[in-house]
Amino acid sequence: MTESSLAAGTQRTFSATPWRERAEEALLPPFVALLVALVCGDLLILSYGQSPANVYRLLLEGTWGNAYGFGQVLYKATTLAFTGLAVSFGLRAGLFNIGGESQLAAGGFAAALIGLALPIGTPLILALPICIVLAGAAGGVVGAVPGYLKTRFGAHEVIVTIMLNFIVLALLNWFIAGHLHVPETLHTPEIHAGFLPRLADLDADFHGSAANLALIVAIVAAGAVWFYLFRARGGYELRAVGLQPDAAEYGGISVGRVWMRAMTWSGVIAGIGGINYVLGYKHYYEDGFASGAGFLGIAVALVGRNHPFGVLIAAFFFATLSQGGLAIHAFVPKQMMDVLQGVVILAVAMAVPEVRSILRSARRRSDA
Amino acid sequence: MTEAIRMDGVEKSFGSVKANRSASLEVMKGEIHALVGENGAGKSTLMRILGGLIKPDAGKVEVFGKDVTGWSTSEAISAGIGIVHQHFMLVPTLTVAENLVLGCEPKTRFVMMNYARAADDVRELSNSTGLVIAPDRLVSDLSVGEAQRVEILKVLFRGAKILVLDEPTAVLSPPEVRELWAVLRRLRDNGDTIVLITHRLDEVVELSDTITVMRAGQTVARLKTSQTNPSEIARLMVGREVSLSAGKRVHPTTRPESPRPNQGLEVRNLAVMGSRGIRVVDGVSFSVKPGEILGIAGVEGNGQTELIEAIAGLRTVFAGDVLIDGLDVTRRSVARRHDAGLSHIPEDRHRRGLILEYTVGDNLILGLERAFSKRGIIDRDQVMDNAQREISSFDIRPPNPVLAARALSGGNQQKVVVAREMGRDFSVLLASQPTRGVDVGAIEFIHQQLLDARAREKAILLVSAELNEVLALSDRIAVMYRGKFAVVMPSSEATEESLGEYMIGTRKGSAA
Repeated sequence: MTESSLAAGTQRTFSATPWRERAEEALLPPFVALLVALVCGDLLILSYGQSPANVYRLLLEGTWGNAYGFGQVLYKATTLAFTGLAVSFGLRAGLFNIGGESQLAAGGFAAALIGLALPIGTPLILALPICIVLAGAAGGVVGAVPGYLKTRFGAHEVIVTIMLNFIVLALLNWFIAGHLHVPETLHTPEIHAGFLPRLADLDADFHGSAANLALIVAIVAAGAVWFYLFRARGGYELRAVGLQPDAAEYGGISVGRVWMRAMTWSGVIAGIGGINYVLGYKHYYEDGFASGAGFLGIAVALVGRNHPFGVLIAAFFFATLSQGGLAIHAFVPKQMMDVLQGVVILAVAMAVPEVRSILRSARRRSDA
Repeated sequence: MTEAIRMDGVEKSFGSVKANRSASLEVMKGEIHALVGENGAGKSTLMRILGGLIKPDAGKVEVFGKDVTGWSTSEAISAGIGIVHQHFMLVPTLTVAENLVLGCEPKTRFVMMNYARAADDVRELSNSTGLVIAPDRLVSDLSVGEAQRVEILKVLFRGAKILVLDEPTAVLSPPEVRELWAVLRRLRDNGDTIVLITHRLDEVVELSDTITVMRAGQTVARLKTSQTNPSEIARLMVGREVSLSAGKRVHPTTRPESPRPNQGLEVRNLAVMGSRGIRVVDGVSFSVKPGEILGIAGVEGNGQTELIEAIAGLRTVFAGDVLIDGLDVTRRSVARRHDAGLSHIPEDRHRRGLILEYTVGDNLILGLERAFSKRGIIDRDQVMDNAQREISSFDIRPPNPVLAARALSGGNQQKVVVAREMGRDFSVLLASQPTRGVDVGAIEFIHQQLLDARAREKAILLVSAELNEVLALSDRIAVMYRGKFAVVMPSSEATEESLGEYMIGTRKGSAA
């Protein structure tokens, strides 16, 4: 046997396995986590004296089973996709952005201000890009602050983003309550331009649901994040910093600059998420609209394994649970879905390292 | 004399790395026992097993004649094992007495801590051991030597009868070292047993009664200090493994003076501060001309790592200048130094040299990603072409550019690093431990690469713990000892013995 045929042989076997291994490692842990969550859900439902099969059937009927429910799921998934992408983008650089709440709110607020400032009748083709850019800019400013403080002074981004949540949300509350609200409410007047078409405008079956074309923006954003992370030079550097900051520094990558960039863009992504509510659904900014979505984005990023497309799937899943809670309200408390969400998060957090180590030891045994 | 510690056939692996391979240790009661070996020889692993921090895969551990294999840390502490870590584990905002009683505070009748009694206990212990320290001082106000005294007192306070000290002098100034020696002798004379982990041979010879030498996870020798000498210990530590280049020497090429006198690497009066305010590199000056290899020998931990990192831009320079081809880069970023013509094979490929989760192809462009992208987008085809080319010319196995670097063997990982650093456009190469943990075939290959670079008029600074390697490749050799160049000599005049004496500080020469 010649040297070259030996080399060719090893090449074939080695290029085939990693893909299968990678697919197994990406898909098996969430699957196991889902199973665990289902079993826990069964027990919860049984404890309320209900039949799990019945409740799950209702849950599916109320979410994926009709156009309205499905539309609501898509609407909720859109916001979660943005916050989930924002968190995962930061995590790829090794940064934990807990500030999704305030970045999302700032983005929505900026979109509402622009919508109010633009003259009535501004065509969407003009209004939408302006709104997206300024919503992103507002979120980006909120995200840039912790990035700068970490780079310049070493302030931990978790602390800073949490504190900024209080500051930004309180400022927005003060502004709305004091200066720009419709009497008796805590929201701005309705915007003049930048209405995003709802899905119901395209397909009457979706009538009444809040789903709108911000969904497309979210999918485009996920694609853009994927392209940046895995094809662009900036993404190469960003992931290097997240995986091994010492090696990145050695390679001449400015770790501080990457942190700054990652936090800013993380804020931009969360900020753009504000258009879903403001341009697509209510057409005004309302105090507290972002409540919970930023934090749930952390769970979405975790379950989505920090991959942009994983995040889309996870956002859809969490939106289903949330909407499903309304559908089964008559049988079990809506809060059961919150519990189930918690179970999913815990199960993923535990299943990922656990399943992976089981997989690896199984592979070692089969190799031996 | 009775046996204090007996460890036999201890095995411990971390993943594919065997940290201990049938390692053994035998320590008598009432002696100072030195455990020596290079970094990564498995000393710390063995001591962590003794202290119950990790469990051995196989083997037997006996303490005072009792089988204690696989015990826990709390069992180890109550049996009298006290480990003084290299990095202090004290609460800086508490006083000495408060730190000492932490976890076993004497209580008054209510829940309040009886501070007066704690202070008295400390004073008493302090007097009986000679570890003088005022119990009321804040730990944050203490000097490094004093903080270490508190660490030792802390383990004694918990009733330690066997003291393990991990590199205790790494952070101390010479007078502090002498004080520590006096204390350790006194403790031994009181009947305590002391295990000293170190790779500084002068300390070993001065202080210990017996010596265990470890190399590559194995115990290679157990010696009486009175019956050995530093060069024998050094030989045992480094080993007599026959490197392919052993005995070979490069022939100093006689080439005309470079027409451009500023070319190559120049370092002037470089000083670097360590984490505890000690100058780990202390006023080092040298230059490396194009077509020259300057080898730096020395026992590890004498400032070589910090010197290289300072030149590479990974560590802040306290004083002095670094010039690459005449350009002062002392305050420039890593990327700017690369642009100025610097290439760097780092000593730790797992921490610095590679991003282990990245593919081989992606690792081959680390630091070069700008050259492999157009308008901010990485050109995948170009990356793959480059990977295929480097894989075949450096014979990286398996020859698969999309395999994660983590999956490669150590030797092949190192080839990836070398391939990348040789592939860039450079005039100065820093090669730090370029063949550590690499198999014999790859060693020869990497040596050839370094010699080829020398032939292409590159200035090369080589740091290696392998004396053979330094002797075989260098035109000139410097020995680094405690942050300074002890000597710089042409390699034709250097022998293993003469370098060894400078390495362990028994001979102090005139650094050029």
